[in-house]
Amino acid sequence: MLFYSIKRFGLATLVALTVSFISFGLLYLSSDPAIAMAGETASDADIEAIRKLYGFDRPILVQYLDWLQRAIAGDLGKSYYFRTDVSSLIGERLPTTMMLGVSAITFAIVFSVPLGVAAAIRPNSIIDRIALFLSVMGQALPSFWFALMLIILLSVNLRLLPTSGSDTWLHFVMPTVVLGYYAAPAIMRLTRTGMLEVLSTDYIRTARAKGLRPSVVLFKHALRNAIIPVVSLAAVQFGFMLGGSIVVETIFALHGAGFLAWESITRNDLPTVQGLILVFSLFYIVLTFLADLLNAWLDPRIRIS
Amino acid sequence: MPITDEVKLDDGSKLGSLTKKIRGHQGMIIGSVIVFAVIAIALLAPLLAPHDPYEQDLMKRLLPPFWDSRGSWEHIFGTDHLGRDYLSRLIYGARISLLIGIGAALISGLIGTIMGVMAGYFGGRVDMVVTFLITVRLSMPVVLVALAVVAIVGGSLQVVITVLGLLLWDRFAVVMRSSTLQIRSMDYVAAAQAVGCSVSRVLMTEVMPNVVNNLIVITTIEIAHAIILEAALSFLGLGVQPPLPSWGLMVSEGKDMMLFEPWLITIPGVALFLLVLAINLMGDGVRDITAPENRN
Repeated sequence: MLFYSIKRFGLATLVALTVSFISFGLLYLSSDPAIAMAGETASDADIEAIRKLYGFDRPILVQYLDWLQRAIAGDLGKSYYFRTDVSSLIGERLPTTMMLGVSAITFAIVFSVPLGVAAAIRPNSIIDRIALFLSVMGQALPSFWFALMLIILLSVNLRLLPTSGSDTWLHFVMPTVVLGYYAAPAIMRLTRTGMLEVLSTDYIRTARAKGLRPSVVLFKHALRNAIIPVVSLAAVQFGFMLGGSIVVETIFALHGAGFLAWESITRNDLPTVQGLILVFSLFYIVLTFLADLLNAWLDPRIRIS
Repeated sequence: MPITDEVKLDDGSKLGSLTKKIRGHQGMIIGSVIVFAVIAIALLAPLLAPHDPYEQDLMKRLLPPFWDSRGSWEHIFGTDHLGRDYLSRLIYGARISLLIGIGAALISGLIGTIMGVMAGYFGGRVDMVVTFLITVRLSMPVVLVALAVVAIVGGSLQVVITVLGLLLWDRFAVVMRSSTLQIRSMDYVAAAQAVGCSVSRVLMTEVMPNVVNNLIVITTIEIAHAIILEAALSFLGLGVQPPLPSWGLMVSEGKDMMLFEPWLITIPGVALFLLVLAINLMGDGVRDITAPENRN
């Protein structure tokens, strides 16, 4: 287990370094960042001054190593637009996004795991068909459009929920549903497949044969084993959600990190965009690392091979 | 049994059993009908569109669609905030969605298939590198990276297709890698290698034909994925730029007036939903028919 953990940790670090290099390099894709900062009306002398001030005149690799060194120490530079530290800016906004992400993944799991189990108990039954129908529909629904339809229905017509802001828990209801429904089909399908597989094994037959109550067989013996792959899928989906929060937070004007991403992208605020890409990627890497460890701990076969 | 008796052999008509399977699969039929209808609409857009999708008429702004009591048959789906015919924009918008979906899936399919097949076939170091690249790619948030790149490089149809193509290859690589891994251990691959076929010949004649089913399924998934992402990017204002009639852009332009004229966002949204649904149904159908054991 220790060897496995060290190996995974090394891999995660390597991935994180590569991601940091890409997110750094991404923004040097186009024209000169000094021109982008100075604005189109700036004189050549101004642009040159900014280039010197921010160190854009140095080789890219030197700039990267410098940036990386400071990023590891928690300094992601200064935002061009907000004129404050990028790290504290992201730190301020992250709790909102985290809350949204946690409630969205909880919503997705609470909705899809029971549905997946019910579908697996009676394959091809009406419940199974409804579950399949919902998952096919859910996968085709564009989230930004779904969000607008919910606003029209729940806020405008029924006047049940507020349309924007992040003051009360009511503000989180629609964003949670919009962010969560997209992950639900995958979790539902994996729960169903896992349950179907486990329910046909010998030990379930034995458990049934010795007269255990069906609910004990189902939840204690079957679901425990079927849920293992769902755990890592949920971790992955949670990571995707943080990245996908940009659309949802923009529509509902929820002032989290996703909204910050949209603000900084539209304002050419490169350090903030870089910082956000890095932070979102690191979250995903940490999540999948933890999910791998959890899986290896739950299932010894993984850590041995 | 006299040897002259006619022995009835299974004629092995693959086509016959295939049509039977397709007929039994309602979802695939519905999906295919819608997809081919949208393709036809996109191809015949100049003939079908009742008006010029770019022509503005400020005297006819925000006319409601025909089902509204104020609506007229001249503009079946009404007009937008600049007085442009909504149906015509919707019809031309199908071209953009299909172009983005197919273009992005072609680029990402090429990248992902080459990476996945190489990793699965050669294993070892090649596999390690490809698996590493897939992990790196999955760690980067797609929407955020795509938005940032479009913002820097500038939004246009070509940029959006390229950016999505360069971002969506992960699923191709994952699936092609695992299916190639399966095929590689087959006896007929060993036989081909034993008689001295070159690597490229083994890949083209033994491996590719056996992974092409999975490739088709992933291609449909990624076409749908790219279409949804383009709509989201355009909706946020960092995708296809006006005045192009992208469906995501139409929703975005109608958003400010959605409380009074909800059809402005309902119509393009339903079109988007139906197209993506139909492509997914088609993909599910191909998967069920060619490889029922992969169903989940």
